[in-house]
Amino acid sequence: MEKFTTHTGIGVPLRQSNVDTDQIIPAVYLKRITRTGFEDALFSAWRKDPAFILNQAPFNAGSVLVAGPDFGTGSSREHAVWALKDYGFKTVLSSRFADIFRGNSGKQGLLAAELAQDDIELIWKALENAPGTEVTVDLVSKTVICGNVVAPFSIDDYTRWRLLEGFDDIGLTLQHEEDITTYEATRPAFKPKTLPARLS
Amino acid sequence: MANTLAEKVWDAHVVRKGDGDGANAQPDLLYIDLHLVHEVTSPQAFEGLRLAGRKLRRPDLTIATEDHNTPTLDIDKPIADLTSRTQIQTLRNNCQEFGVRLHSLGDAEQGIVHVVGPQLGLTQPGMTVVCGDSHTSTHGAFGALAMGIGTSEVEHVMATQTLSLKPFKTMAINVEGTLRPGVTAKDIILAVIAKIGTGGGQGYVLEYRGSAIRALSMEARMTICNMSIEAGARAGLVAPDETTYAYMKGRPHAPEGADWDAAVAYWSTLRSDDDAVFDAQVDLNADTLEPFVTWGTNPGQGVPLSDKVPSPNDFGDENAKAAAERALQYMGLEAGTRMKDIRVDTVFLGSCTNSRIEDLRAAADIIRGREKDPKVRMLVVPGSARVRLEAEAEGLDRVFKDFGAEWRFAGCSMCLGMNPDQLEPGERCASTSNRNFEGRQGKGGRTHLVSPVVAAATAVRGTLSSPSDLDPAPESAALQTTDAA
Repeated sequence: MEKFTTHTGIGVPLRQSNVDTDQIIPAVYLKRITRTGFEDALFSAWRKDPAFILNQAPFNAGSVLVAGPDFGTGSSREHAVWALKDYGFKTVLSSRFADIFRGNSGKQGLLAAELAQDDIELIWKALENAPGTEVTVDLVSKTVICGNVVAPFSIDDYTRWRLLEGFDDIGLTLQHEEDITTYEATRPAFKPKTLPARLS
Repeated sequence: MANTLAEKVWDAHVVRKGDGDGANAQPDLLYIDLHLVHEVTSPQAFEGLRLAGRKLRRPDLTIATEDHNTPTLDIDKPIADLTSRTQIQTLRNNCQEFGVRLHSLGDAEQGIVHVVGPQLGLTQPGMTVVCGDSHTSTHGAFGALAMGIGTSEVEHVMATQTLSLKPFKTMAINVEGTLRPGVTAKDIILAVIAKIGTGGGQGYVLEYRGSAIRALSMEARMTICNMSIEAGARAGLVAPDETTYAYMKGRPHAPEGADWDAAVAYWSTLRSDDDAVFDAQVDLNADTLEPFVTWGTNPGQGVPLSDKVPSPNDFGDENAKAAAERALQYMGLEAGTRMKDIRVDTVFLGSCTNSRIEDLRAAADIIRGREKDPKVRMLVVPGSARVRLEAEAEGLDRVFKDFGAEWRFAGCSMCLGMNPDQLEPGERCASTSNRNFEGRQGKGGRTHLVSPVVAAATAVRGTLSSPSDLDPAPESAALQTTDAA
C-alpha cells in the first residue's frame, strides 16, 4: 500500500447526508472481477445530471471529497473505495463515516478523516465561495487546512500508523502465525466444519 | 467481571490481544469460525492470494454460494448477461483451485448466502461469522458475532482465518410486550432504525433483548439482525435459547451425540450477565407497534403505515430536512399523502431479510383465497433452493401462482437488481428487502420497505396496505385453493 502523509488538492463540496455505497457505485458495476478501472462507475447515476458537482470545472479535477454526515452507509462493497481512488480522490472528509466503509478505506490507502460538522460547513462555504480552492489534509498533524479554515480531524491511531507506513495487513498478521496455530488447537470439537459436506 | 453477550463471544476468539490501552489500543486479532463467500466480493481477494503466492488457510471453514448475479428464470440455460456469467465462472474456477465447497446454481443447497448458512446448520451460537456482504449481521440471530467485511478483509480472512478488529461498544435494544396480529419482526427493526437513524448504531454491536424478542422464531430474529447494518451497526445479535436449539437440532452440520450436549452446555452460557453494562440502551414497546413502512430513500425514513408522508419542515436538523426534500422528489411523493393511498406497481417478496419459509407462509396465508390487484406485478423469490423445495412441498407455490404472482428460483434478485430482476425508472415497489436507496432495485426505481404480510396485503389492494385493511377472504375460495394444493 502507498504511504500517505499529506495531500493537497482541489476540494469538492458534496452537500448531502447519507451517501450510501449504492450511490457511490451502483451494483451493476460490481460484476467486474478486477480491482481497478472503476473511475467511470463513481457516482454514475448522479453524474448523468449535468448539474452534479463532479460535472463542473474545477470540481471535476478534485481530489478531496468533503461530504455530509453518514458517508458510505449500506453495502460493504469495497468497490466504493476503489471507485473513489480510481477517479482521483485521495481523501474523504465527513463528520460521520459508516464503519465498513471506513475500514475499507484504511485497507486501500484512502484517508477517511472525521471532522466536526461545524468545520465541514465552514469548508463547504469556503469551497463554494471560491471554487478550485485547495484543501490540505495532513495526516502527521491530523489537520485540515482550507483557506482560512484550520480544523483538526480524528482517525484511529492504528489506521493512521498503517497509512503513514503503507503497511500491508496480511503481512502484519502473518508475523503472528504461531499464535493463530496455537489458538486453532484449542477450538472445541463441536464447532462445525464445512468439509466434508453434509447435506440435508 | 460482568460481560455482555457480544463481549463474551469476542473474548472467546482473541488470538492475540492488541498492544496498548484506551485510545492508543491496537486492534485485537480475532479468529473467524466461518467464512461465507459469494461471487461479487471474492474475485479480487482470490486474485490477491494468487499474486502473493498465499494459500487459503482453512477451506474447511469456508463455504461459497452463487446468489447476487444468478437469474431467477431459466436457470438451466447459460446466464445471458456475459459479465454476470464471467463473474460466476470466476467463482467456480477459484473454488476449484482453492478447494472451497461451492453450491452452484441448480444445486439444492444454492441460495442467498445468509439463508444457506443457517439452513445447513453451519451458523451456530457463539461463533464468529464473516462474509463480504454487509447483511452478514443476519447470523447474529443465533448469538454469533457476525459481520460484513470488505474485499481486502475477505482476502485477509482467506490467508489468515483472522481479522484485526477494534472492540465495539455495545447497545441494548429492549423490546418488551406482545406484537399485535399483523405486526412482525420487520416492523420492529424498521421502527428501531426510524428511531435511532441510519448512523445511530455506528460503532456498536446491537443486542436485541426483551420479551418480544424471546417470543420470536429464528426466522424472525434473522430478519431483525439482518437489518442491524441499516442502523449503522456492523453486527446485531440475540442470545441463544430453546428456540435456537430447536432450530439447530438435526440440521446437517449441527453437532450430534456428545458434541451436541457439549455444545448446548456452552451455548447456555451465551447471554449477557444480569449486571453487565451496555454503553447505550434503546427501548421499544411491542404492544403499541404498528406495521411500518419507509417513505424515503434511506431505511431510517420510515413511519407507521397508518401515518402520512412527512414534510421536510417536520425535521429540525438542516441535513435531515435537505435529505427529506431530496427523498420526496426522488420518490415522487407529496408531504401529507396518506401512506395507504400510495399505489404500487410491483411487490417483491424475497431477499436475505424476508425470503425464508416462514416469510413465504405468512404471505401465502394473506393471499390464499384472495385476488391480486390486476395492475400489480408480484415476484416471489425464495431465499434458497431448499426453501423453494420446502414451499413447493407445502403447496405454497400453487397459492402464489393461483394468486397471479411469479414463482421464481432462489437468489438475491430484485433486492439489488444485479440480475435481470429490476424495476423500471419511476416504477414503485413494495419490497420485503432491506434497502430503499436511490436506484437500488433498478435505475429510477422507488422502493418502500415492508414486511411480508404488508407486501401480500399490498398486492391484493394495489396500495400500501396492512392485512387488517383486507375484506375477509371468501371461505369457499380459501377451501378450493387448499384442495388444489
